[in-house]
Amino acid sequence: MTEKITFMLDGKKVEASPCETIWQVAQRHGTTIPHLCYSPEPGYRADGNCRACMVEIKGERVLAASCIRKPGQDMVVNTTSDEAVSARRMVMEMLVADQPARRVAPDPQSKFWAWAEAMGVTDSRFPARPKTDNDSSHVAIAVNLDACIHCNLCVRACREVQVNDVIGMAYRGHGAKIVFDFDDPMGDSTCVACGECVQACPTGALMEASLVDEAGTRQKFEDRHVDTLCPYCGVGCQTRVYVKDDKILYVDGRNGPANEQRLCVKGRFGFDYVHHPQRLTQPLIRREDAPKDGGLILDPENPWTHFREASWEEALDRAASGLQGALDAYGPSGLAGFGSAKGSNEEAYLFQKLVRTGFGTNNVDHCTRLCHASSVAALLEGIGSGAVTAPFTAADDADCIIVIGARPEQNHPVAATYLKNRAKRGAKLIVADPRGQGLGRHATYNLQFRAGTDVALLNAMIHTIIEEKLHDSGYLQQHTEGFEQLAERITSFAPEKMAGVCGIDAETIRDVARLYATSKNSIIFWGMGISQSVHGTDNARGLIALALITGHVGRPGTGLHPLRGQNNVQGASDAGLIPMFYPDYKSVEAEETRLGYENFWGTQLDPKRGLTVVEIMHAIHAGQIRAMYILGENPAMSDPDQAHARAALAKLEHLVVQDIFLTETAWQADVVLPASAHPEKTGTFTNTNRQVQLGREAVPMPGDARQDWWITQEIARRIGLEWNYGHPRDVFAEMLQVMPSLANITWERLERESAVTYPCDAPDRPGNALLFGSGFPTTSGRARIVPTELTPPDELPDDEYPMILSTGRMLEHWHTGAMTRRAGMLDELEPEAVASLSPRDIERLQLEPGDFVTVSTRRGEISLRVRLDREVAEGMVFIPFCYTEAAANLLTNPELDPYGKIPEFKFCAARVEALKEQ
Amino acid sequence: MARSGEKVGGQRRIAPGSGRRRSPAFNKGRQLDPTAHSEIAALLGGRPRDRDLLIEYLHLVQDTYGSLSASHLQALAVEMRLAMAEVYEVASFYAHFDIVLDGESPPPAVTVRVCDSLSCALAGAEALLDSLPGKLGAQVRVVRAPCMGRCDTAPVAEVGHRHVDHASAESVAATVQSKRHHPEIPEYVRFDQYVKNGGYTLLQNCADGSRSVDDVIGAMDDSRLRGLGGAGFPAGRKWHFVRQEPGPRLVAVNADEGEPGTFKDRYHLERDPHRFLEGMLVAAWAVDADAIYIYLRDEYPAVRAILLEAVADLERSGFNGNRAIHLRRGAGAYICGEESAMIESIEGKRGLPRHKPPYPSQVGLFGRPTLVHNVETLYWVRDILQRGPGWFSGEGRNGRRGRRSFSVSGRVREPGVKFAPAGITARQLIDEFCGGMADGHTFKAYLPGGASGGILPASMADIPLDFDTLEEHGGFIGSAAVVVLSDKDSIRDAARNLMRFFEDESCGQCTPCRVGTEKAVKLMSEPVWDENLLAELSGAMASASICGLGQAAPNPLLCLLKYFPEDLA
Repeated sequence: MTEKITFMLDGKKVEASPCETIWQVAQRHGTTIPHLCYSPEPGYRADGNCRACMVEIKGERVLAASCIRKPGQDMVVNTTSDEAVSARRMVMEMLVADQPARRVAPDPQSKFWAWAEAMGVTDSRFPARPKTDNDSSHVAIAVNLDACIHCNLCVRACREVQVNDVIGMAYRGHGAKIVFDFDDPMGDSTCVACGECVQACPTGALMEASLVDEAGTRQKFEDRHVDTLCPYCGVGCQTRVYVKDDKILYVDGRNGPANEQRLCVKGRFGFDYVHHPQRLTQPLIRREDAPKDGGLILDPENPWTHFREASWEEALDRAASGLQGALDAYGPSGLAGFGSAKGSNEEAYLFQKLVRTGFGTNNVDHCTRLCHASSVAALLEGIGSGAVTAPFTAADDADCIIVIGARPEQNHPVAATYLKNRAKRGAKLIVADPRGQGLGRHATYNLQFRAGTDVALLNAMIHTIIEEKLHDSGYLQQHTEGFEQLAERITSFAPEKMAGVCGIDAETIRDVARLYATSKNSIIFWGMGISQSVHGTDNARGLIALALITGHVGRPGTGLHPLRGQNNVQGASDAGLIPMFYPDYKSVEAEETRLGYENFWGTQLDPKRGLTVVEIMHAIHAGQIRAMYILGENPAMSDPDQAHARAALAKLEHLVVQDIFLTETAWQADVVLPASAHPEKTGTFTNTNRQVQLGREAVPMPGDARQDWWITQEIARRIGLEWNYGHPRDVFAEMLQVMPSLANITWERLERESAVTYPCDAPDRPGNALLFGSGFPTTSGRARIVPTELTPPDELPDDEYPMILSTGRMLEHWHTGAMTRRAGMLDELEPEAVASLSPRDIERLQLEPGDFVTVSTRRGEISLRVRLDREVAEGMVFIPFCYTEAAANLLTNPELDPYGKIPEFKFCAARVEALKEQ
Repeated sequence: MARSGEKVGGQRRIAPGSGRRRSPAFNKGRQLDPTAHSEIAALLGGRPRDRDLLIEYLHLVQDTYGSLSASHLQALAVEMRLAMAEVYEVASFYAHFDIVLDGESPPPAVTVRVCDSLSCALAGAEALLDSLPGKLGAQVRVVRAPCMGRCDTAPVAEVGHRHVDHASAESVAATVQSKRHHPEIPEYVRFDQYVKNGGYTLLQNCADGSRSVDDVIGAMDDSRLRGLGGAGFPAGRKWHFVRQEPGPRLVAVNADEGEPGTFKDRYHLERDPHRFLEGMLVAAWAVDADAIYIYLRDEYPAVRAILLEAVADLERSGFNGNRAIHLRRGAGAYICGEESAMIESIEGKRGLPRHKPPYPSQVGLFGRPTLVHNVETLYWVRDILQRGPGWFSGEGRNGRRGRRSFSVSGRVREPGVKFAPAGITARQLIDEFCGGMADGHTFKAYLPGGASGGILPASMADIPLDFDTLEEHGGFIGSAAVVVLSDKDSIRDAARNLMRFFEDESCGQCTPCRVGTEKAVKLMSEPVWDENLLAELSGAMASASICGLGQAAPNPLLCLLKYFPEDLA
């Protein structure tokens, strides 16, 4: 539809495209017609209910709502006729009648009051409706329905944009009312506090609770704002941070390619950790009288039991000399470094460069090892690239969407909104996970398969597709290799045989396989349920094989998308923060590459791949690694078999920890360097969609904290490297020289455009969102299909430990909790460690929800509160790993996947019993 | 082995933020009650869980359990894979659903609804409402209800599903006592009899090709039959439009006759339902529709029983071909008489009128091109096509053409449904068809088209009653519900009664109607009215409301201001 429509607007002949409304055309021509229920923001359908935008159309009996009405050819529209203007003013006067007086309004600067003022209707001759009680039941959102104008924007926000489906418009007529679930107090409802409604509300009826006083009136107003990024997950939401007196007041979503103004509870309400009193504000040096001990538990409120204050000069000297001393004494293999997926690309690049060129070792890794290392291993092996082949927004073009081993509503909430949007518009959604989830309500198939049987399920699907000849022979012939071996090996995986293994009946497996194979466009999303397993690489191989045999790669609405966990895990991996690769996944063991880097960095490099996260812990115990530099990682919480990991950290002769809080890892440090939090940094970050985005400094660092890149450079200089970077843009410029993936993405361009997808073909063209439409970056140009065999989980339940323990995140808490548990509202929402159990297990164990239990495995035990959770399968206990006081990773099994070296966080044998008397 | 909670080294074991608040013992929000869930799952059994059946299932749950408890509603949401809010907003929109939240007591087993719309109000509904609670005691719930479509027998009450015509406190109490709370089914022309009298031959002629679509639509055009639900759109042209749209197409029948004063559709359905059904099937054939939905107001339980039987007979006979006929039950919402609100309601949602364009003939039920007709419009199809279009268009008076079923109530001697020529005047209608005014009453004013068609003084009772004749005077004929008022009646009270009705029945979607009706009622409850403000408000309501309800709601008020200044003095 490209034909233009010509019509008369206020006496002028204008053109409109067929999808434009009168309001939009008028706006384009410089007339902003008043509007309350209409939001021109992305994702918001015009609803035409407030009637503040009425215009006159010649020949029509009544006025028309310009926000929803499209112009017709030769239509004569008058936005300024007496009838239209007086109707709009009367609408405003009706609404003003029922509003709280402006000075006590929830938001005296709301869009509503701005329009009332612009229209000159700030008083009303009508009697007011009776006032209602405010609902202050929710910690993050203040509800004052006296200010509600029934514009329905919050319902659209909750139901159509975010698809969290909590808000409704109940009752009718003048009794109509915004409700949460069954007219429940918001705090008691299923609200997940994404805050989309707050951002959408034009009156302040829904407000950030932190901005209003006890009476519900906004008292806090920003003095500036900064456009930056969310610090949490791999979705990479763009944010606008509102700041007053150098403190963050509140956060809104910005129109980024991955979020289109959407945020989740963490991104919107989890910002105040940066202002937490426990922030490290000065360098610390371990007291002589404070020996290290893996069992040590420190009070982050009071580090002085184990540390003393130091100047930067002293601390940096101490940090560097300890590292240099170890290097001198034990050689490069005595050192290791953990960088962070939370820092910027520039920080990651500098850190790996320091370890490689300063320490002379490839012993550098980060938490990618704990999340998607197996996925990346399988992807590199199969399609020659470790990144996603398509952004999650590609779901918009998909007809069939598989989500397996992932809970995006909790862990990638904004990405989940796009999947739900698409499912609501008719795509078939297949959700496969041993735990149930809310996303399942939108799914055509919910496969709650037996934990640890992914390969059985996936191979049975592959079997169906090949047996029923649903594979794409043309695609296979043109683009792949290894199909014959797969076809041969898969014969033993008939669904009828696998049904008993995975717990999904054969006919369902076949239906799902057919649906995936025969849909025009199918796409696969996966998460840590796939990767965090001793057969994680095989799991991912199965998914890759599914996509390859059906040719569901490289076209719109198709692809493979491992949902990346950390805000910059993609970028940190790209930048070479992994032991086997230089930047851009160039093998450290390929001589030509190494020589190139030796030349570029001007120093000799370690020719052998380094150790991974868990291997480094073992190497410490083995006495091989003696000193470490850890930047922004918290292995004392995130590593499996935590007692073992903490003992390793304590065993180090020298440990430098650079972080924003005194993390559990820092408890074992010799030197603690206070660093910068995300909103204090400027740098680039790469999200799960391969979108390189610019984060901008919004607030200053507290006390004497410093930028991470600066600290790394200072250490580098002290161990003899001649670094002289003046700004992250200098680092980025250096990265451009060795990372072809970043071609055509300059710092200046990012400053201008905020986000560019890599790879990108030209400085003036958008990046390529979809990859591998015509071949793969492998030596043969073909993708490799790798058959897999059944491997059971490493530790199966037995009489002593009869249940399955699975770990992961929860919506409100991020990773090890260092940030989110210090974010006031998030902590208020989920303040305590919980173990989720099915109602049947709770009954069997004769527990009440809320009771304390002890959960034990062969590696340890923790005590925590029981939560009744229908989504958890019988026989399973789920524990989030963010709670230091009941750290799930004391329990987990450190056994690794042989290829990705990722531990089996999702499965180990456990026992749950009522709390033992202390 | 490691244990959490050990005190090693540090002063005390501290977790960031720990100890300030207890963690919830459940996931967010209400917890599903397993008993309620199994009850609902069993009740729905093998029925499809399609969203458009939500209102049907809410009825099913309420009919089974007497009310809608929160736990049942949540279970229903889970079964239908709907959000709780989606279920709640629908259940709470419709007047006939009784939601019982946690801690609330369920309503008494017996509910008595007393119509308080204009005709019943004239006949003493308020006195009845005053006296009934005392008379019936706490075991019986007495509630106000809008027009029940029995205005010729006002005042009217409904005990359970049994209507009490010419109700008195005594007759209502007796009905309560009788325990006969099911609808009384009147005698009507049943399937066999209808077929014996030549019924469904027209349909067969259409099906076997002896009548062509062009011929049929042409005859409809020639008859000049216009939509008798109130909007008056030429029926033949509508068929033509819908037929032009790409399939699959649907037919939706509006049997949600809720305009106060209107009861003609009930009259026809309770007497000769197959005449209507045949017209409906011919229309569906003419537009080549895949399926037919009949939306029947919940106030007509007897008609529901009749239609259930009639449709079963049709299906047995195979006359409906492969066109499924779905009978859907309203739940107490006047707005669902508006065609697009009705469509929303058939889809299982709140009855919010849609924006037009697009019109239902283009984007209607389930997004498909839909032929929407009122019952009476379809009722005349057989006669028009068998007797020829001239049978219909040949009638008429005062220069107008066609026939109408007038629903006459109020202060006339013989109220009821009157078949009269289009264009008849109110005075002629009263004198020739209704036996004149009731004893002791002098003709003062009349409502030509129910609650929304305005109020005209007796001095204007010589205007032909038809489409397009009354608009210039601030009224319209609408569904041809003529309510006659006398010198004993206050036009001011009548106007306020009507505005209250609109306030109660506004869906609440748009500001001018939701707030406008509420503010108007408030201003009209003042001892002295701010006439200028009311007039200004009326202007915005009329020009800026989404649908006819809000646009027409000020008509009685504006007529009062214009024609009856003495009633305001």
